[in-house]
Amino acid sequence: MPLAWYSPQPERQEIMNEAFFDKKEYKPLDRVDGRLKVTGAAKYSAEYPLPNMAFAVLVGSRIAKGTIKSIDSKAAERAPGVLAVISHLNAIKVPGYQPKGEHPSEPSTNGQPLRVFFDNKIVSNDQPIVAVVATSLEKAQFGASLVKIQYTKEQHKTDLEANAGDAKLAASAKKNPKSPTADYERGQKDAFESAPVKFEAEYVLPTEVHNPMELQSIIAHWEADNKLTVYDKVQGTKMTQKNFAKEWNIPEENVKCIATFVGGAFGNGLHNWPHETAAIIAAKQVKRPVKLVLTREQMFTMVGYRPRTWQKIQVGATKEGKLVAINHQSIGQTSSYEEFTESTLMQTRMMYASPSVSTRYRILPLNLATPIWMRGPGEATGAFALESAMDEVAHAIGMDPIDFRLANYTESDPDKNMPWSTKYMRECYEEGKKRIGWENRKLKPGEVRDGEWLVGYGMGTGTFGANRNSATVHAELDKEGNLVMHCAITDIGPGTGTAMVQIASNTTGIPTDKITFHLGNSEFPNAGLQGGSSTVNSVGPAVLAACNALKEQLITMAAAKGNSAFTSAKPDDLMFDKSELQLAGKSAKTTLADLFKQNNIEKIETTNESKPDENRNKYSMNAFSMHFAMVHVHPFTGQVRVKKIVCCADAGTIVSPKTAESQMIGGATGGIGMALTEDAVMDHRFGRYVTKDLGDYHVPVHADVPDIDVYFVNKPDLLADPVGSKGLGEIAIIGVAPAIANAVFNATGKRVRELPITPDKLI
Amino acid sequence: MDKNKSNKKPEKEDHQESRRDFLKASSILTAIAVAPATVAKAAEYNLGEKISAAFETTPVNLTINGAKKQLAVEPRSTLLDVLREQLNLTGTKKGCDYGQCGACTVHVNGQRVLSCLSLVVMQEGKEVTTIEGIAKGDELHPMQKAFIKHDGFQCGYCTPGQIMSGIACINEGHAETKEDIKEFMSGNICRCGAYPNIVKAIQEVKNGGQKS
Repeated sequence: MPLAWYSPQPERQEIMNEAFFDKKEYKPLDRVDGRLKVTGAAKYSAEYPLPNMAFAVLVGSRIAKGTIKSIDSKAAERAPGVLAVISHLNAIKVPGYQPKGEHPSEPSTNGQPLRVFFDNKIVSNDQPIVAVVATSLEKAQFGASLVKIQYTKEQHKTDLEANAGDAKLAASAKKNPKSPTADYERGQKDAFESAPVKFEAEYVLPTEVHNPMELQSIIAHWEADNKLTVYDKVQGTKMTQKNFAKEWNIPEENVKCIATFVGGAFGNGLHNWPHETAAIIAAKQVKRPVKLVLTREQMFTMVGYRPRTWQKIQVGATKEGKLVAINHQSIGQTSSYEEFTESTLMQTRMMYASPSVSTRYRILPLNLATPIWMRGPGEATGAFALESAMDEVAHAIGMDPIDFRLANYTESDPDKNMPWSTKYMRECYEEGKKRIGWENRKLKPGEVRDGEWLVGYGMGTGTFGANRNSATVHAELDKEGNLVMHCAITDIGPGTGTAMVQIASNTTGIPTDKITFHLGNSEFPNAGLQGGSSTVNSVGPAVLAACNALKEQLITMAAAKGNSAFTSAKPDDLMFDKSELQLAGKSAKTTLADLFKQNNIEKIETTNESKPDENRNKYSMNAFSMHFAMVHVHPFTGQVRVKKIVCCADAGTIVSPKTAESQMIGGATGGIGMALTEDAVMDHRFGRYVTKDLGDYHVPVHADVPDIDVYFVNKPDLLADPVGSKGLGEIAIIGVAPAIANAVFNATGKRVRELPITPDKLI
Repeated sequence: MDKNKSNKKPEKEDHQESRRDFLKASSILTAIAVAPATVAKAAEYNLGEKISAAFETTPVNLTINGAKKQLAVEPRSTLLDVLREQLNLTGTKKGCDYGQCGACTVHVNGQRVLSCLSLVVMQEGKEVTTIEGIAKGDELHPMQKAFIKHDGFQCGYCTPGQIMSGIACINEGHAETKEDIKEFMSGNICRCGAYPNIVKAIQEVKNGGQKS
């Protein structure tokens, strides 16, 4: 009996019927690339040994705004092993530096991306301005230390709060009033003013830095004058291929991007950055492959970050706990040359049944490098304010925060005025409450103790669009029953290959160890970015389509050879059982070997594209999460220890339970960092980060992370896509930070509205 | 790991021989160096790299994953960079270069060491084990198996360091309790957040009585 998600799309009523979902047990699959990763054999972008490799090291500017007066590179040029010192003074012309208004990243942000080595302008501190290329890494590093640069300094602005008055509406909002960044109103304009209970507060999220463990790296190799191969740490091989083809004015097929393994990214690989172009320029100039690995400090300044964001929220409610109005505004920082925007205020529009809602999203250009979406991007930022405020209002009216949320539960999307494709948050409330031990929570803060520690419970919700893009998969089945698939999608760690092998195995019956999924290469069939929780929702359906196409070919072959039972069979009826092909409910069977022999072929193959369908115009499609935290706070030192986290997710079908659980645990861990430790502190006198490495910028370590309990509703959303998956990567972190902040309040009675919640804010 | 073996000094003759070669090469090069025109000529013929390489390197004898190596390294080269860039042992990862993340953890004479903070020239006669050296042929080390079983990783980049640290953690006697493991593994950062699963993997190996 095939699982539900093999079937054609049923009607909504059928989907809502739980019996439709066949919870057939299958053994959770170990990560298919696990062996490569535990043996050190997995090759990341800086790990391809090319002959005659040269090494580039970047020198960054020491001012935040101004111009380069002079560059003294003589000592560097004379240093042993140095092949070239490249800057705007001598860099070859990049033929396709994007004209204004175009941007390589998808979806595009407005503005002019930084063109490395283009002119003498300095737009942010540590902007890459010189590359020293040498025969070894050490020689390049030493050479870089010898470069002397003089500047003409101009007054810079890097402080969000000090310059908040200059915040503006994004160009995307001006162009499209329906954009998530545009001003939004529903209901009565002044509803808040007349609400019986009025609450108003400001929240601040500091700049956070993705800081994946792998440093951003690239090997650029000109295989011919107009033929470029990059081994690059990116989240989209096709995006990278397109962008560099355009940048160097060469045909797309002449650019190859290889990103077989990506050592984490969390969003910072969604944009092609200046260091990549710097390596490509260097490779062209020294006529050798060039390897460029950023330093940890450069990871703070050259490859994006989560922008510091100020928010103000007003919540109006009745004394019985019904929402009347929510007004939510935010200002997020961006660079002076690109308009970075994110969906900070979207959850406020659709999570609760508030009759009146208004949002105002603004950006503030500063003399900083451009931010980029960081896990759970704007939604996680917005959820910190919204979900903290919900907790504050519940406290103000003396209601349990879960009851308050349930009193404002919405069965349809109040923003889009559409039904949800699926929404199973009630299950999450119930299960999460049970697992965290919510009954031990006291309404009044500071009432529960464990020894000398104060104990608190808190929760927060999250949501993210069940995004889906078109994707194509090529699949090949040989006579031994080996199934090999190819797709250009990247995997930054969630386990894409594992999920795709699982989908193919469930669809065909072929054992998982006979299935291979190759990814991370722009020469493979098209797929979008690994971002926005869209991979399983997009590539999964293409795998499904390819597997069904192979089955159709087999059925046709069997029928043609006179096996009449196969004549009217459909792909769903056919399953592999070891080497035999079996028709469901019939005794008819044949073997793959016989079938291939009869037809005198060695293998069959297919290429299939899968695209989003018109259901997207009829339903609002979202994944939902709910995080519960239990914390201990020391009353004298202000130390916060997260003792337990429960993560509940309504993410549709859970294709690969083991890797999915790890993804949730990872998101919760990121959320602990957001809540308690992560803060990129800038010295505004220089516009430069004080926290510039992992010793100063604190990400969670082993000792910070408790047991994390994960619950999946695991009901398919077949309106979203034929796999029924709604995406997981973002909702894993959205809502975690407010859950912890709310738990800290419940423990101490102290409300911290500026993250991270460090001990100084509690004592 | 056999500790007696690791303390054994390398053969003296080997050491002297390479030293002699170095002196020979460097005296020739000194002669070249004082004649700038010659050097310029050499550079034209693309000899520059070879000359500067011979000029600035020091011989080091050490054992890596059981194999004796005679290396010519720059005195400033870290163990990490030589493993990755010279020996193509890229399983050892660079995550920060400041000793703050643990991705570069290797074993030197059986102890866990941050290879980014270790100069290669200081490893003379020592026995270095990297992630590539802990499996026995196709048979994975118990810690490697446990990481796969408990899904102790996502992107896999910190994984070699976590595994090398995990093995050492048990051998040091720092894996008696879960809290102990968390404390003594806190120098190995995992940004994907696989911590609870890593702890489970180490506990399993510990309880199975496995040592490196």
